[in-house]
Amino acid sequence: MFESLTTRLGNVFDRLKRRGALGEADVLEAMRDVRVALLEADVALPVVRDFIAAVREKAIGQEVIRSITPGQMVVKIVHDHLVQLLGSETAALELGSPPAPILMCGLQGSGKTTTSAKLARRLKLKEKKKVLLASLDTRRPAAQEQLEVLARQAEVASLPIVPGQGPLEITRRALDTARREGVDVVILDTAGRLHVDPALMDELVAVQNLAKPHETLLVVDALTGQDAVNVANAFKERVALTGIVLTRMDGDARGGAALSMRAITGKPIKLVGVGEKLDALEPFHPQRVASRILDMGDVVSLVEKAADLVDKEDAEKLAKRLAKGAFDLNDLRTQLQQVTKMGGMGGILAKLPGVAKIKAQMAEANVDETMIKRQIAIINSMTPKERRNPDIIQASRKRRIAAGSGTGVPDINRLLKQHRQMQDMMKRMKKQGGLQSLLGGRGMPQLPPGLFPR
Amino acid sequence: MSEAPRQGWLARLRAGLARSSDSLRGSIGGIFTRRKLDAASLEELEDALILADLGVATAAELVERLRKERFGKDVTETEVREFLAQAIAAMLEPWAVPIPHRERFRPQVVLVCGVNGTGKTTTVGKLAKQATDAGLSVVLAACDTFRAAAVAQLEIWGQRNGVPVIAGKEGADPAGLAYEALERAQRQRAELLLIDTAGRLHNKAALMDELKKIVRVLKKLDPAAPHDTILVLDATTGQNAHRQVEIFKEMVAISGLIVTKLDGTAKGGVVVSLAQTYKLPVHAVGVGEGIDDLRPFEARPFARALLGLDAT
Repeated sequence: MFESLTTRLGNVFDRLKRRGALGEADVLEAMRDVRVALLEADVALPVVRDFIAAVREKAIGQEVIRSITPGQMVVKIVHDHLVQLLGSETAALELGSPPAPILMCGLQGSGKTTTSAKLARRLKLKEKKKVLLASLDTRRPAAQEQLEVLARQAEVASLPIVPGQGPLEITRRALDTARREGVDVVILDTAGRLHVDPALMDELVAVQNLAKPHETLLVVDALTGQDAVNVANAFKERVALTGIVLTRMDGDARGGAALSMRAITGKPIKLVGVGEKLDALEPFHPQRVASRILDMGDVVSLVEKAADLVDKEDAEKLAKRLAKGAFDLNDLRTQLQQVTKMGGMGGILAKLPGVAKIKAQMAEANVDETMIKRQIAIINSMTPKERRNPDIIQASRKRRIAAGSGTGVPDINRLLKQHRQMQDMMKRMKKQGGLQSLLGGRGMPQLPPGLFPR
Repeated sequence: MSEAPRQGWLARLRAGLARSSDSLRGSIGGIFTRRKLDAASLEELEDALILADLGVATAAELVERLRKERFGKDVTETEVREFLAQAIAAMLEPWAVPIPHRERFRPQVVLVCGVNGTGKTTTVGKLAKQATDAGLSVVLAACDTFRAAAVAQLEIWGQRNGVPVIAGKEGADPAGLAYEALERAQRQRAELLLIDTAGRLHNKAALMDELKKIVRVLKKLDPAAPHDTILVLDATTGQNAHRQVEIFKEMVAISGLIVTKLDGTAKGGVVVSLAQTYKLPVHAVGVGEGIDDLRPFEARPFARALLGLDAT
């Protein structure tokens, strides 16, 4: 469903993330691309406008400048706003005391009848409810028969068809029958109607007033374009909606309607139709959808984790020392500890896109988790003096450190060499005036971005 | 197919489009009350076109044309609308073609397909009415054997039109049924066979294969069949319409489009880029649930109505 939007946004973010520093112009350019991607996904224009404005404001502000990696911070801002747009909580149906009516409404062809049957089956199987289906669609030929057949397939009761009855009469009969037969939930499937058809909208209001449903669900086709705004607004104005059902989420639409609906109506998406079978109706999880759209739920949690774990003060102190070209073994240990805190190299890498390349590099450099731990142990076995001034570490000190850390002298040599290389890079970088050149350095495998504050 | 009364179709389309073009007119009207055509107004204009589902690329293209000709000049709202309407009409003009009546085929086979809920069955019912009005002998085939009561729905349309409906059991093989229908239509020397198929999402390979099989089987009886393969498109559909057309065209060689539900606020603006991109005629538009609510598609009135201008 969201794949192509995901790809589009992914390209935009890839470009962002490759940059170390983000200027205002970079963010603005990225936001223009995001805007087009959202519009091509049929997200409603007013929603896109608000979305871009909010993200832009935040992304240009302080938060990004101070962040560990600006590109990823922008992605996180976009993600947070997507979740906000979609609603952060999974919204359940509220049924109330039996017989609880549920009113289904929407345009022609949005999938009301199929959804009614799916919902009935879901309530029966998952919540052990006794359900009655009633079709109020006296307009479309054979619509009532359609629901009757579907009810049979769903193994749920349906109200017997009485030809010639109008929607209000059918409603009354459905409610009576439900009360008499101890039904828990009555699902009222209405005729498809245009939101601009005053007579039919009046009829819908009359049905709602009569049935007083606990849930009035607007059924919307996920393939809908910009018109979704008009439809949702018009229905919301006339009937008190309590939620949205999005159908055809199994199509390849880019999910614009899914993104817009909540913002337009202020009502949660409660269910989504994901197939033609009667069990293909699922609850809607906004968080997961947002993550899926951005293809980076784990990056988000990684950034959050980094923000939690990396001590800002420490990082700033280190940055100052680095700027002076000072980088001793204490600093190296801090770096290595941060890597382990974030779940080790493997843990970090697993959460990053484009991991394959880095993993290959790691294999080449023969780095693994235990190696990082061992390196920390080596540094821990040194005296404070040695850590500050590694040059004094000669043969006998090496033997002592190796014995203390349970390693061998070659391991000590490797660490010292690595540190020297990093120190060289620091100095070189100081001349070049940017930390980014460090991250592609040799000797040490590429550190994940974010360990060095800007 | 039969020629619908010109005035009727215009009036209905305008009535239907009135609300949508009201909002479009409103948004354009807000931009232009005789002022210089500057970058800001062009951007707002582009947004207004996007709201009509024209898509980002087509909207940008149209606005760019306007910019080239009128940038920095004083313009009125009407001038801008006239300009855009003309540009859109010119883009659509070559594609406003009714379903041709192919007399040398007996029957002419018209296969109607599309995603779920676009209005295929209703459209087949309306087409049957136009064809019988034009004096053709028509047979309907209810090949939607999946959706509950779809057959019953088409049978009611058959009764309304007084034409035979060939139907099988629910769950029957639609291709077999199509074969049987064509065989019977040939035997009866019918002039037109309209085949209604089940709605299917274009990204479901198995369902698309089923549709291909219908075509394959029809060719056994008439190698040229189906003579027309029509994709029914819901006007409320957004940019996903491109994917629908692309894939249906690839699978079953779509020969034309019918756009339904233009009586709502949906603008159907996606048609503008669809016709151009896929070189497909737009045969007709659906403007209501009534049996007469299918009208030939006409470029100029459509474009003018889309922009809230008089249809003349």
